[in-house]
Amino acid sequence: MNWTQKILAGDLRSVARLIRDIDDGIPEARAVLKELYPHTGRAYVIGITGSPGVGKSTLVDRMIQHLRARGKTVGILAVDPTSPFSGGAILGDRIRMQRHSTDEGVFIRSMATRGHFGGLTPSTRGAIAVLDAMGKDYILVETVGVGQDEIEIVRSAHTTLIVLIPGMGDDIQAIKAGILEVGDVFVINKCEREGAQKTRQELQMMIEMGKDRKAKGGWKPLIFMTEAVKNDGLEALMAGIEEHRGFLFKKDPAYLSEFQYSRARMELFDLVRQDVIRVIMDHLTQTGRWDHFVQELVQKKTDPYTLSEEIIARYLKTGTEPSTDRLEQAS
Amino acid sequence: MAGERKLRVLVGKPGLDGHDRGARIIARAFRDAGFEVVYTGLHQTPEEIVQAALQEDVDMIGLSSLAGAHNYLLPRVLELLKENKAEDIALVGGGIFPDADIVTLKQMGVKELFTPGATLDDITNWVRENIKPRSL
Repeated sequence: MNWTQKILAGDLRSVARLIRDIDDGIPEARAVLKELYPHTGRAYVIGITGSPGVGKSTLVDRMIQHLRARGKTVGILAVDPTSPFSGGAILGDRIRMQRHSTDEGVFIRSMATRGHFGGLTPSTRGAIAVLDAMGKDYILVETVGVGQDEIEIVRSAHTTLIVLIPGMGDDIQAIKAGILEVGDVFVINKCEREGAQKTRQELQMMIEMGKDRKAKGGWKPLIFMTEAVKNDGLEALMAGIEEHRGFLFKKDPAYLSEFQYSRARMELFDLVRQDVIRVIMDHLTQTGRWDHFVQELVQKKTDPYTLSEEIIARYLKTGTEPSTDRLEQAS
Repeated sequence: MAGERKLRVLVGKPGLDGHDRGARIIARAFRDAGFEVVYTGLHQTPEEIVQAALQEDVDMIGLSSLAGAHNYLLPRVLELLKENKAEDIALVGGGIFPDADIVTLKQMGVKELFTPGATLDDITNWVRENIKPRSL
């Protein structure tokens, strides 16, 4: 069996190693991803995001339990931050889910951000594809604890859960742009705490005020109250996720194709961006030019705008001014 | 930028021993040494630890043991690694071990055992020198 076949057969060590190689940017991993691509698209991807300490990992642990009770297989990607100083990381999300470790229907992988912003890692999409190809029915992606604007998860998930706890900030927080706009399902966890109803009302008001639901195909976000530690409220939450799934796949074929189109567009865009930067930066650093450019900048011999334009002109074989013909044709 | 291997290690506490401060300090030292540390927490069975190590594709398992159960727990982890054809994942221990046990455990295949007095630098330097990212 070659590597691709081993992944499709669900071989644990091959899957674990491939995710490692994607993370480490090993070129061979890309060849396998190319072969796996036609076998992806079957798993349902649920994103779980929210501030640090709201209970994302505990909630994921309960979600695994409920999905397993229904006989579904589950893959989990749990992201924790990389130290900006040492490059190391402590990946501790697994502690809360470790009881599922020996369940063959569950595959849990901890990942470090490695300097990536947005709540995920550059390798997350690849890792989702691997878990999808190995046959997992559901993939739960737990982001790093986020603040207001790390919404990358919505580019990969079918359903995005925003987890909050009572009493976080005042009413103004709820009308700000950013993370609260992207949730398909809101979870108020630790709902035994004081202020849970107030948080619920504020969220409800924010949702009701959002009249333009076109971006989500007319979906009106749901709110659930949970106490994940005690498994309270999980039945309703899981039903809510299924409701959103039903909406996405059954309600309106036009919306589904729009959803799939925007998915593909974002996937390609993110990949091109990543590749372009990698190719250019690798070459610049290997040839020592990068260091030279930075030195020139420090000495104020030039400015970063000119340098960037020169780099682009050199590597992308285009002038500093884009071809306006092409722009006009496309618009 | 591309193709740079990062060392991944698992730190955990097997068995009923509930003293995890040492394990946490080691995890933190490993983080500061630039490793990715999967921390699995307290009260782990050898089965849970080995499955986690396989799923996480770590290069080393570091287990803390302070309550005297090392002569069961560490050999059991080695046995499970063997069953899963994963002997390429190194096992090291930290904690309180009688000298005679250290000899036996090393003969069985535990790569190194650190006892009270070992400094964080000793341990991280040992890992840097002896544990390399595994190739397939």
